[in-house]
Amino acid sequence: MRRIKEAMLTFPSFCWLFFFFIVPACLVYILAFKTADYTGKILPGWSLETFYSLFDSRSISLTIRTMWLSILTTGISIFIAVPLSYYMASCKKELQQKLLLSLMIPLWSSFLVRIFAWKVVLHPEGLVKTVLVFIGIIDEQTILLYNDIAIVIVMVYSYFPFAVLPLYSTASKFDFQLFEAAMDLGATKRKSFFSIYLPVIFPSILTASLMVLIPAAGAYVIPEIVGGNGAEMLGNTIVRRVFLDNNLPEASTLSLLLSVVVLIPAIVIATWKASHTSQIKGYS
Amino acid sequence: MAASIHFERVSKCFGSAMAADNVSFQVTGGSFFSILGPSGCGKTTLLRLVAGFDTPDQGRIFIDGQDVTHLPPHKRPVNTVFQNYALFPHLTVRENIAFGLRIARKDSSHIVREVDKMLELIQMEAHADKWPDQISGGQKQRVAIARALVNKPKVLLLDEPISALDLKLRQKMLLELDLIHDEVGITFLYITHDQTEAMAVSDQIAVLHRGKIEQVGRPCELYESPRSSFVAAFIGDTNFLDGTVDVSVEKDYSQLHIEDFPPVLCFNDKKLSPGELVHLSLRPEKLRISREKPADHPLHNALKGVVEDVVYQGDHTKYWVRIGGYRLGVTQQHGRFLLDTQQITWKDEVWVWWHADDSYILERYDASDEKLIEAPSEKVGENEENEESKCEE
Repeated sequence: MRRIKEAMLTFPSFCWLFFFFIVPACLVYILAFKTADYTGKILPGWSLETFYSLFDSRSISLTIRTMWLSILTTGISIFIAVPLSYYMASCKKELQQKLLLSLMIPLWSSFLVRIFAWKVVLHPEGLVKTVLVFIGIIDEQTILLYNDIAIVIVMVYSYFPFAVLPLYSTASKFDFQLFEAAMDLGATKRKSFFSIYLPVIFPSILTASLMVLIPAAGAYVIPEIVGGNGAEMLGNTIVRRVFLDNNLPEASTLSLLLSVVVLIPAIVIATWKASHTSQIKGYS
Repeated sequence: MAASIHFERVSKCFGSAMAADNVSFQVTGGSFFSILGPSGCGKTTLLRLVAGFDTPDQGRIFIDGQDVTHLPPHKRPVNTVFQNYALFPHLTVRENIAFGLRIARKDSSHIVREVDKMLELIQMEAHADKWPDQISGGQKQRVAIARALVNKPKVLLLDEPISALDLKLRQKMLLELDLIHDEVGITFLYITHDQTEAMAVSDQIAVLHRGKIEQVGRPCELYESPRSSFVAAFIGDTNFLDGTVDVSVEKDYSQLHIEDFPPVLCFNDKKLSPGELVHLSLRPEKLRISREKPADHPLHNALKGVVEDVVYQGDHTKYWVRIGGYRLGVTQQHGRFLLDTQQITWKDEVWVWWHADDSYILERYDASDEKLIEAPSEKVGENEENEESKCEE
């Protein structure tokens, strides 16, 4: 009886997931095993032809580039989010609320608008460049826009709030008396941060990484707007295959590749967390 | 040699609250020293000052003769057992105990040896590889003690270490603590709000009230000759009567004038002169109760009253006797049970009597002093276990 009730409760969401996620994804993956002519018409019969194109040097370097940029984005985001969430959790309750709100408010405005805003900020005559040149960190010739730096900056900006949220929720549950215990046992403040705080919140560092890595790897709009000609990522290539080359099978293959690339770390992390939950109960 | 602790006129404020007010006392090396006080009296603050989590606004603290007032926690020769244990959730029991030695970069064979010794001391060998959330409260407590002791501190600080356990376990752990103290022989500084706990294990107790030390002494000193009405009320049960010193009788005795009472004779060890306001403290177990008028004795006081309440407790009975404006508690130890003797019961007219040496007088300064007495000792320690932490915030 209880099982039936549970099933009924999950039924709507399951339907939604099935029809709007699993079915379309499968359609895309099926298309990957087809070929198309130059008009975009899908040809009958099955083929692995599109998969061969994955192994040319362009595709490989594109994949590596995408991974590199998204891992870099993830790394920087975590690097910012860990101390930020620690700080948020350790300050007063009212301030916590305000900081959390200030993190969320930008998300209320349009994603596109925010990215175009970055275009203005990073512009050769924009604020950041002017200030950096003035301080002397970069010279006049350095370009901040339409390259990988711009992509990473904007991706970090866009996705690191998603890393802060899980980290903050763990940090706010953290028992700060553990620091006192560690210091009491001879650890310095720094040492207790690295030997107590980081290991305890490690599971949510993994969660936070996924929260950044997945959207970053699939980024399309950001490289399209602030990236230059040579600065495309997998997402842009997929779009080009669809709209310029009229080749849905090749686009599908790239999508499949992207799914796999993202799925591997996700599975690794999920497995690790499953095997370590007993010790980190309450902190995951 | 075991290390002493010395507080020298230490004060500490949190906002407007005085958590420690000009506190001075000395802890003898190797002793089991308790700081006892009601919730929010600042006892945890004193411990945190010794541990180094807080620094005093004024005054100095010495451990083993060394001024540690401004030393950071990790440089002090003390270790703490926290009230909520504060075990590291990502480390096993064994790793928790080894933490301090790891930090000190001891070599691994030494660590293994020392940790094994500790596991044996706390009888947790079988649970060495469990995570903290897989063991019970009492076991966590023992791990917390081992984690502190393995570093061979000069002083072990215990912050209400057993208050989170249930009664039976509390008594067992208290005994174990005492055994461990005997075994390791270092100084224990024990914080508690529970007077029975403190009385049971301590060599010395400091009674703390509103950030001030009221009295330091051996358990029996505090019980038998409390220096203030607060100590008298906080340690054990007592009856307070408000009186005025009247005429002196013989050399060391005085008659007290108490409203509604005939003159009461009392040992006047404090040499108070006639006219001074006093509290007369009468411990319930020092009072006798009977239906018949007791034989006259020059040093006995006998008062007539009516029994208002009887609480039978097996080994003793507690009577509440109305005499004038007071309700005196009297405990009567049971002797042989005889069916034909009629026990004292409700509404009986009885005599309550005591020897003049069994009561003691405490100076009464002003109206606020009376308030101190109203802090009933029974209430403390039952349901206010978390109050102490609130006072720190």
